[in-house]
Amino acid sequence: MANDQDKILDEVTNSDYKYGFFTDIETETIPKGLNEDVVRLISQKKGEPEWMLDIRLKAFRHWQQMEMPQWAHLKIPEIDYQDIIYYAAPKQKPKLDSLDEVDPELLDTFSRLGIPLEEQKMLTGVAVDAVMDSISVKTTFREALAEKGIIFCSMSEAIREHPDLIKKYLTSVVPATDNFFAALNTAVFSDGSFCYIPKGVRSPMELSTYFRINAANTGQFERTLIVAEDDSYVSYLEGCTAPQRDENQLHAAVVEIVAMDNAEVKYSTVQNWYPGNKEGKGGIYNFVTKRGICKGKNSKISWTQVETGSAITWKYPSCILLGDNSYGEFYSVAVTNNHQQADTGSKMIHIGKNSRSRIVSKGISAGVSNNSYRGLVKVVKNAENARNFSQCDSLLLGDKCGAHTFPYIEVDNPTAIVEHEATTSKIGEDQIFYCNQRGISTEDAVALIINGYAKEVLNKLPMEFAVEAQKLLQISLEGSVG
Amino acid sequence: MLTIKNLHASINGKEILKGVNLSIKPGEVHAIMGPNGSGKSTLGAVLAGRELFEVTQGEITFNGKDIFELSPEERSREGLFLSFQYPIEIPGVSMVNFMKTALNEHRKHKGLAPVTASDFLKLMRERKELVEIDSALTNRAVNEGFSGGEKKKNEIFQMAMLEPKLAILDETDSGLDIDALRIVANGVNKLKKPDNSTIVITHYQRLLDYIVPDFVHILYNGRIVKTGGKELALDLEEKGYDWIKNELEE
Repeated sequence: MANDQDKILDEVTNSDYKYGFFTDIETETIPKGLNEDVVRLISQKKGEPEWMLDIRLKAFRHWQQMEMPQWAHLKIPEIDYQDIIYYAAPKQKPKLDSLDEVDPELLDTFSRLGIPLEEQKMLTGVAVDAVMDSISVKTTFREALAEKGIIFCSMSEAIREHPDLIKKYLTSVVPATDNFFAALNTAVFSDGSFCYIPKGVRSPMELSTYFRINAANTGQFERTLIVAEDDSYVSYLEGCTAPQRDENQLHAAVVEIVAMDNAEVKYSTVQNWYPGNKEGKGGIYNFVTKRGICKGKNSKISWTQVETGSAITWKYPSCILLGDNSYGEFYSVAVTNNHQQADTGSKMIHIGKNSRSRIVSKGISAGVSNNSYRGLVKVVKNAENARNFSQCDSLLLGDKCGAHTFPYIEVDNPTAIVEHEATTSKIGEDQIFYCNQRGISTEDAVALIINGYAKEVLNKLPMEFAVEAQKLLQISLEGSVG
Repeated sequence: MLTIKNLHASINGKEILKGVNLSIKPGEVHAIMGPNGSGKSTLGAVLAGRELFEVTQGEITFNGKDIFELSPEERSREGLFLSFQYPIEIPGVSMVNFMKTALNEHRKHKGLAPVTASDFLKLMRERKELVEIDSALTNRAVNEGFSGGEKKKNEIFQMAMLEPKLAILDETDSGLDIDALRIVANGVNKLKKPDNSTIVITHYQRLLDYIVPDFVHILYNGRIVKTGGKELALDLEEKGYDWIKNELEE
């Protein structure tokens, strides 16, 4: 019986990464390696003001004193930080007044990824900031958003055009010295998105950033900042893919979110970086720091992530629940197959009174992969009536993969209620046979069962992306089930 | 419709079926009775293509096709339906989604376009009434948290949706109270058409009061040892399985 299951598993988890193509476009890169001059060069290329360079240099000097974190349940091969290119930009004309001036190669690349940037073909209701390697290629629907007072632009542009906002909020949630990868990101980040929702405004469309790594031997370090003023609302999405390569590539991003009184920010991620091949060669190292602060009363931040890609994932989207009655959510589906490793989860820091949080984590492991949930729920002394519910489920496909749960709970207030539930299950051969008997193939049966298992999380995604995510789950596990 | 010749099947090296012969024509209802461990459920599982069992000898043709050439899902699409003795729970997968996926696979097999959402919902409503299944059940996940009786009703509902040529009811009566038994049996009878056939696997004659068989076979120790009309079931009820055992030993 175990053999049958393994056979079925093998059949269902062997498919190819469909975003593995490479765009042959002229790219401007700087020499490999990292030192103060490189940091200065990046800042100079971006035409940044002096204050920004200072932030970068401070972060860089701090980073040099830091060690890479070793506590995660991951086997990370040694990374030579001097062997990485820290800036790569597809060459194009300096000023983009209309889309006609965007290189057709770039338009074609994003179009192949399902992200048309041409005005007439754009996804309705979704504004996109398209980022390739170190720079933002194009941001759509800017004018329509500007009418409402919403700022949605690349981070480089924001630093130049909205210095007051950037000075106020950048590194306010994730300090430059927060951790090894955040410090590195602060020193060398090259682009990303900035989004500002003014008081009382509900964003009329979904805002999204699509990240594409294209150039070889480069690292991608993007920086995203979302600020939602009082009584505002925004739903934000990010997607990511990379070409198929034998070498590992580093992606170390930082996302910061600030939500003021009664503001709500939904942040959804569909992460599909190249995971490496079936033997575990190549793939992206995805070491990301994401944190939001519910600064105002009744504010709400919701993280939803579908993680199917990357060779190694290290990421813990978190909420600091500072405002009274604030609410933090984390919904996650993390799939690991073949040799992939993931150590992911969330942190909920309860500071405000009556602050509430909810964590729903669904891990799916196949092949010889390892999938860990790591989460912290912390209730400080003054956080009266804080409430947390965490649910961590693991689904195993086959008997060579691992699922691990590392929950940390620190409560300093006796009125807090913190609950943690965890389950581990396997897809049964009998479930698959039951589907078969009704005419459903094994592959479709597995997809059906996985999607059923992950439904609570997938339902949290905006519609168009939920459909994509479902397909992605299926593809990620093709060739692996039982 | 179905011809089984000298079927031998085993699990983990232990032979369960030891030469079963059976022939079923369109429109016929066959009951297979026998004591525990005689191989009744194994026969159903082998017909449906469960890989747990190894077929060591014999042949089965279904609608003129060699059944061993067909995967379990192909057998289903060809019109073979197994009502499970112990229906399986699939958490998180809604009945609507499950049934729609199954139905569309059957339609694709017949060269038909996928069913539209409104036609599908209409069909569901119609078939639910036919088998008197509670409306709320189909809004839940497949068999999740269903009572024993609800699970069995759900099997017959799925049968009503897929309209099989050959339905194998594996102990559909077990775990049902008398009212549920009547509802389930009535459902099966309403689905009866002149050209479809049914195999009823059961311990007890009780179900056969409702689903009246054309033939009754007694399976004992991996073989069909006696075949008769519906009165055979009554004899069996009266005399018990020892009657068969004694007769065989004589």
